[in-house]
Amino acid sequence: MQPFRKGLAQGISIALGYLSVSFSFGILCVQSGLSVWQAVLISVTNLTSAGQVAGVGLIAANGAYFELFLAELVINIRYALMSLALSQKADSSFRLPQRLLASFGITDEIFAVASIEPEPLKPAFMYGITLISFLGWTAGTWLGAAAGTLLPEKLTNALGIALYGMFLAIIVPPARKSKGILAVVVIAAAISILLKITMKWMSGGFALIIASLIAAVIGAACFPVDQDAQQTEEVQK
Amino acid sequence: MTRILVSIAIMAITTYIIRMLPFTFFRKKITNKFVKNILYYIPYAVLSAMTIPAIFYATNDLPSSIAGTVVAVVLAFFGCPLIVVALAASGAAYLAMLLFPLFF
Repeated sequence: MQPFRKGLAQGISIALGYLSVSFSFGILCVQSGLSVWQAVLISVTNLTSAGQVAGVGLIAANGAYFELFLAELVINIRYALMSLALSQKADSSFRLPQRLLASFGITDEIFAVASIEPEPLKPAFMYGITLISFLGWTAGTWLGAAAGTLLPEKLTNALGIALYGMFLAIIVPPARKSKGILAVVVIAAAISILLKITMKWMSGGFALIIASLIAAVIGAACFPVDQDAQQTEEVQK
Repeated sequence: MTRILVSIAIMAITTYIIRMLPFTFFRKKITNKFVKNILYYIPYAVLSAMTIPAIFYATNDLPSSIAGTVVAVVLAFFGCPLIVVALAASGAAYLAMLLFPLFF
C-alpha cells in the first residue's frame, strides 16, 4: 500500500477517538467563555489534548502569558522524547521541509502507532496519519463548541468528564505494570490535591508544574528504569 | 480578544517548537540517565496531577463526578480503549445526574 494511504488507514481509529474527546474539549471552551471559532483555532494550531485543556483553563482564569508558556512546556515536554525517538526512525527522504511539516503531527496516539511501524517512516505516511487525526480532532472541536450549547445542560456537564476519563485510560494501565509509574501517579495526585487545598492563591498552571516535576524527580531517583533495555524488550514482543 | 489570540499563539508556538526541535535537529541521544528518567515519568505525573482533583469538579456536581471517575478507573484498570473509557465515564456521570436526585 502507498505510504499516504497506509497512514490514512492507520489513523482512522485515532480520528474516531479524537472526535469524541475533542467534542468535549469544544464544550469546555464554550463553557470557559471562548467563541466557537476560537475553540476551532486552538485545535487547528495545537493538535494536543492535555495542553489545550490546561491552556483554556489558564485563558479563562486570566493567567499570565509566561504561566501559559511554562504550563505548555511542562505538559508537552513529553513530545520532545517522542520526537527524538521518531527522528531515529525517519527514512532518508526526510529533509528539512518534510521534518518541519511532519513534526506538527507528533501526538501521543500518532507516536504510539508510528513508533511500532516495522519499517522506517516515510514522510507521506506521517502526512496521512496526521491529516486524518487532525480532521477528527478539528471536526469534533467544532461540533462540541457549536452544538454543545444546544444539548441539555446535564448532558454537556456529563461530557465534561470525558477528557479526564481518557487521561485515566492513559495512566492506569501502565501504572498497573510499573511500580515506578504507580508511585509517580500517586505522588503527583497527592501533591496536586495538597496544593489545591492549602495553596488557594496558587494558579492551576504552577500547581501542575510543581506537582509533576516533584513526582517525576522522585520517580527518577527511586525507580530508575533502563529505557534502552525496555525498548528492546518492546520491539521483541 | 487580543489577549485570547496571543494566548492561543503562545500555546501553538510552544507546543510546535517542542515537537519540531528534536525531530528536525537532534542527531544524538540523551545519555544522562537521570534526565532520561525524569522525562520518562513526566507524562504520567502531568496527566495524574491534571486529572486529580480536577475530575471531581468536571461535571459541576460531585456525586456524578465520582460515579464517572469510578467507572473510568475500573474500565481503565481492565485496559479498555481510550474512547470507551472516555464515553463510559460521561455516560455514568449522566446516569448519576438523572438517578441521584430520585434517592436523595
